[in-house]
Amino acid sequence: MTAATDADAIRRRTQDLLAAHPPATTGRAEFLRARFDAGLAWVHYPAGLGGLGAPRSLQAVADAELAAAGAPDNDPRRIGIGLGMAAPTILGYGTDEQKQRFLRPLWLGEEVWCQLFSEPGAGSDLAALGTRAVRDGDDWVVDGQKVWTSSAHVARWAILIARTDPGLPKHRGISYFVCDMTDPGVEVRPLRQITGEAEFNEVFLTGVRIPDSHRLGPVGEGWKVAQTTLMNERVSIGGARIPREGGMIGTVAKTWREHPGLRTHDLHQRLLTLWVEAEVARLTGERLRQQLVAGQPGPEGSGMKLAFARLNQEISGLEVELLGDEGLLYGDWTMRRPEIVDFTGRDAGYRYLRSKGNSIEGGTSEVLLNIVAERVLGLPAEPRNDKDVAWKDLAR
Amino acid sequence: MSAQPETAHAPDLLYSEAEEDLRSAVRSLLTARADAPAVIAATESATPYDQELWASLASGIGAAGLLVPEKLGGQGAGHREAAVVLEELGRGVVPAPYLTSSVVATEVLLALDPLGGPAGELLADLAAGRRTAVLALPFATPPAGARAAMAGGLERTVTTVADAAAADVLLVPTAEGLYAVGTAGTGVTVEPLVPLDLTRPLASVTLAGAAGALLAEAGPAAVAVERGLLSGAGLLASEQLGIAEWCLTETVRHTRERHQFNRPVGSFQALKHRMAQLWLEVVSARAAARNAADALAAGAPDAPLAVAVAQAYCSKVAVHAAEECVQLHGGVGMTWEHPAHLYLKRAKADSTAYGTPGRHHETVARLTELPAP
Repeated sequence: MTAATDADAIRRRTQDLLAAHPPATTGRAEFLRARFDAGLAWVHYPAGLGGLGAPRSLQAVADAELAAAGAPDNDPRRIGIGLGMAAPTILGYGTDEQKQRFLRPLWLGEEVWCQLFSEPGAGSDLAALGTRAVRDGDDWVVDGQKVWTSSAHVARWAILIARTDPGLPKHRGISYFVCDMTDPGVEVRPLRQITGEAEFNEVFLTGVRIPDSHRLGPVGEGWKVAQTTLMNERVSIGGARIPREGGMIGTVAKTWREHPGLRTHDLHQRLLTLWVEAEVARLTGERLRQQLVAGQPGPEGSGMKLAFARLNQEISGLEVELLGDEGLLYGDWTMRRPEIVDFTGRDAGYRYLRSKGNSIEGGTSEVLLNIVAERVLGLPAEPRNDKDVAWKDLAR
Repeated sequence: MSAQPETAHAPDLLYSEAEEDLRSAVRSLLTARADAPAVIAATESATPYDQELWASLASGIGAAGLLVPEKLGGQGAGHREAAVVLEELGRGVVPAPYLTSSVVATEVLLALDPLGGPAGELLADLAAGRRTAVLALPFATPPAGARAAMAGGLERTVTTVADAAAADVLLVPTAEGLYAVGTAGTGVTVEPLVPLDLTRPLASVTLAGAAGALLAEAGPAAVAVERGLLSGAGLLASEQLGIAEWCLTETVRHTRERHQFNRPVGSFQALKHRMAQLWLEVVSARAAARNAADALAAGAPDAPLAVAVAQAYCSKVAVHAAEECVQLHGGVGMTWEHPAHLYLKRAKADSTAYGTPGRHHETVARLTELPAP
C-alpha cells in the first residue's frame, strides 16, 4: 500500500473502491463499510481508523469522486454530534481500544451519539456543572441531570462530563466519559420547547455505572478534553458552503417576488438590508472556508455563529410580518420529536420561534462576544471570583 | 432571474502572496511618510497632497498603473491589487488622488479601448504617475447615474468634484461625448470647496469656453463612465475596510491602556461587546470588499451586484467603526490632535461617495428582482 497523501493518490484509491464495490450493485451499509476500510471515510484520520493520515483538505477530492459516481453518503446530519464532536475527541484523547471500538460504528451511523454536557444550572457557565461521578472499584457511579440533549432518545452512546472532585476549583475537578445510554440508570425525557416540539431532551442519571475504561483523558482533565469537543462544535456551525439566497433569506425573497400585494415600503427597506447582510455573511463563510482549505484558519469561525443567529432572527421576524394574515397562523402545535433541526419546509412562525434558540445554543451570543473580545482582540478578561475557589464552596 | 441558484463566478476571497508583498511596500512607505501628525498637518496646508509621497506611491511602487496593461504603459495587475493599495490608503486616511485618478479616471480611459491618440497618451501618463485626471462629476454620483451624467454641454459648472484642485486633466461627460480638458487651459476655473473630509479635497469646476479633446462619442462614453464609477464604488469598499480596521485596532489598543474605575476600560463588558461586534463587521466587510474586487478583476457578469452589496455594507461598517472609535476614545476622540476625527470624516464622506447605501440598495433591488411596492 502506497502512502495516499496527494490528490491523485486519493482519486486513485477512490476509483479502486468504486470499481471493487460499484454503488449500483452494492448495498448502502456494505459500501460504507468498504469505504471506511479503504481509509476514505475521513482521510485525515489514521490508517485503520477510516483514514489515511492525509491532509484534511483532500477529503473534498474523495467526496467529489464518490458523489459523481452516485455513491451513498453516511447521512452526516443525523449523526452530526458523533461525527462533529465525539469523533474528534475520541481521536484526540481515546486509547487505542476506545478508538477501535467506537469510531467505525460511529462513522457508519450504526451507533448514534449524543452529548451530555449542559445542565439546568450550568449552561453558558458550563464548568459549573454538578453531575457527580464517584469512583467505585473499576467503575464510576454517576448521578445528576443533563439538559438540551438532542438525539438522546435515539442515541447508543453519549459523551459526558461530570464532576469527580468537588474540592477543586470548578475547571479542575471534571472528568470526561463515554456513557452507555442503554444503562438502566439513564432516563431520557422529552423537553418541549416554545415551538411545541421536543427536539431536545432532559436526561436523568441515577447510579449509572461507567467502567473506568470508558473514561476519555486523565481524571480531572475533563475540561481540557471538552474544549476539543466544543471547538469542533463551533466549527461545524456555519462552516458549510451555501449558495446565494441559500438559507432563510431565499424563502422571504421568494415570497416577496410572488406576492406583490404583501409589499410595504418599511418591509422593503428591511428586506434589502437583510438581503445584503445575508449575502455578506455567505461570503464571509466562503472566505473562512477558503482559508481552511489554504491551511490558514482564521478566527472568523467564532464570529460566524453570531452573525447567523442574528440574521436568522431578524429575517424570520420580517417574514412573519410580510405574510400578514398568514403570519397569524401556526402550522402545528402537536408535540413531535424531530431527529434533525430543519428550518426549511416549515412555516414562518416555526422559523421565528426556533431561531430564538440560535443565539443561545452552542454558547450564547453574549458569551461568544466575550470570547471574541478576549481571545481574538486581546481585551482584558472579565474579573473572575470563581477561579481559585473549590467548586463545593461556590455560590449556587 | 427570480431564481438565483449560484454565482457563476467562483470568487477568490483570499490575498495572494504578491498582494501581501504589495501591501507591505505600500504600508512601509505610508508609515514612513504619512503618519497621523503628517496627515493632520497636510490638511492644514495649501497643497492638497504631498507630491513626493504621491510620486513614490504612483511611480516608485508603481501603484498608479496597476489597472493598466503593460502594453498601455502600466503594471498589468488588476483590481485585486488596487484594492490592497486602497485598504492601506484607507488605513492611513492618506490624501492622494489614487481612487479618483488611478482607479476611476483610469478605468474610464481603459473602457475606451485606447491604443493611441489622446486617450492612450493620457492613460500612459496616469499609469506612470506623470499626470492625474479626474472624472468631472459630483463625488456622490453612483454607477447607476452614469447615463444621466451624459447630458449637457462643455459649458457647465460641476460641484463637489473630488481631487480636481490638483488634477491636470478633467474627463467631462457631455451629450456629445466624453472630453478631456486640461485644467491649466483658459476657460477652466477650479474653485476649492471646504470639504467635510479634509483628506480628500473637493472643488467646484466651471468650464466657460474651455477647449477639450473629444475622447469618445456619447454611447461608448456612457459605457466607459459607468465602468469608471462601478470600479470606483467597488474599490472604495476596500478603502472603507482599511478605515474600519484602523478604527477597531486603535480602539482596542486605547481601551486596553486607558484606565478608569481602577480597571482598563477595555475590560468592561459593555465595551468589549461593542468591539467584538465591530470585529465581526470588519471581518464581513473584508469578504464583501474582496468579492467586489475579485468580480471586477474577473469582469464577472455579477460584478454590479457584488459592488452594490460591498458598498451598501462597507459604507455602514466604516461609519460605524469610526463613530465607535470616537465614542470609545472618550474626550480624546473629540480632539483635533487625535486622528480619530480624520477617520470619521473620511468614513462619512465615503458613505456618500459613488452612491449612498440607500442608492446601492436600489441597485440590489433591481438586480435581484426584489422591487419596491
